[in-house]
Amino acid sequence: MRARLTFLLSGMTLTLMQLAFAQDGTLSLPKIVEAGNGFSIRSTGSGKATLYVIGPGQVLKQDVQLGELTSFPAGSLYNAGHYLVVLAGANSTESGSFDVIPASKPADLSFLAKPSRLPVGMHNAITGVAYVFDAYHNLITTPTPVSFELSSPSGAVEKHIVVSRDGAASTAMDSTAQQGVDKFVARIDQVSSVRVVGQVPGDPCGLKMTVRPSGQQLQLVTDPVRDCNGNSVPDGTIVTFTETYNGAQSTVDEPLKHGIAEAEMPSHDGATFSVASGVVLGNQIRWAK
Amino acid sequence: MLKPLLILGALFTAVSSIGGAQVAVRVETPTLQGPRPLPEQTATAAIRDYLQSWQSLRAAFEQNRTDLLDPAFVGTAEDKLAATIQQQTTLGIRTRYLERSHDIQIVFYSPEGLSIELTDRVEYDVQILDHDGVKTAQHVTARYVIVLTPAEVRWRVRVFQAALK
Repeated sequence: MRARLTFLLSGMTLTLMQLAFAQDGTLSLPKIVEAGNGFSIRSTGSGKATLYVIGPGQVLKQDVQLGELTSFPAGSLYNAGHYLVVLAGANSTESGSFDVIPASKPADLSFLAKPSRLPVGMHNAITGVAYVFDAYHNLITTPTPVSFELSSPSGAVEKHIVVSRDGAASTAMDSTAQQGVDKFVARIDQVSSVRVVGQVPGDPCGLKMTVRPSGQQLQLVTDPVRDCNGNSVPDGTIVTFTETYNGAQSTVDEPLKHGIAEAEMPSHDGATFSVASGVVLGNQIRWAK
Repeated sequence: MLKPLLILGALFTAVSSIGGAQVAVRVETPTLQGPRPLPEQTATAAIRDYLQSWQSLRAAFEQNRTDLLDPAFVGTAEDKLAATIQQQTTLGIRTRYLERSHDIQIVFYSPEGLSIELTDRVEYDVQILDHDGVKTAQHVTARYVIVLTPAEVRWRVRVFQAALK
């Protein structure tokens, strides 16, 4: 009698458990899904339920049959992030979570180079910052080597390789000695982004003039004006000629034309002439007839 | 909005009251790569604006209104979040994000000063409402990577992405 009762109770318990199992669903989830890849979620139980995949980056909702494998094809989830999974059945709700990570292959570089124009020969004056993204514009946060290359028209190349941290890599480069348009490239494998950096001559270097009579006046002419690296200082740069005589001073500002500047000034015996451009002072000449 | 409770060197903790809920905010000492030093005022402004972006996110996702994202988000982050809100609207879902705590660290300040990157170990609750019925409420701990860029009067979130812890 006791054995029959035990058997009966056991049978009832098993039936109740099966009933509960039939109503509830439990979830079997991937831990990590690469962005854009397909994935599957398995539930147990029986009956119908609604499956939610929820994150700030994307939301999916699908009616499912408990006990069946629910497959999401490639391209269903492509935004990296943390996703909640909720399986809402008629009588119960199960939940879990997984992470969508960026695709492993970089597909895009967000590259910012500054400045776009600067004088030659400046130390660490050109900066480049690159953020590394996959094809879905997820930031790839795993360390990735980024190559920065600055090439001048002469063919000289300055190259730095920087490993990104949390998706960002930055570098600083010297401007080259030669004026012209440099190419600044950030590159990962076949993915590259190019910026143009204009390098202009620096301040005049070794500014020198000569003085010669020109009728009743004196003609002051500079030598071709160049920077310290031999680049021609651009036409239009102002050169100031100064005459000092008898305690009085007169000045003439002239722009460079074809690389030189010239001016006519009064001829006074014993006058002193000087030349300057910006903060750069050239030679001085004392005029004696 | 933020009331600093304690300032100890470069690390401070604050409590923000958002929608009646207390949000603990902890800011770690920056571990910057790159040559440009980060002025304290800039760091404070960036973190303040980032924390405000969570309020924009919460309101936008709760009301399914993409326009509420605009002051705080820009570029990819705004596009992706707006797309999610559109999906929610289509599916008849709303989500309610309630932050509990932030643990923030600035990890990158670009040499030209045009971007700041920070990480945030954030705890929040998510309520999922399907046709206004609450389906579930879950507690989440996640590590976010955020890139901010300056706009006219504030920093705006350009990358907003949960990463592996």
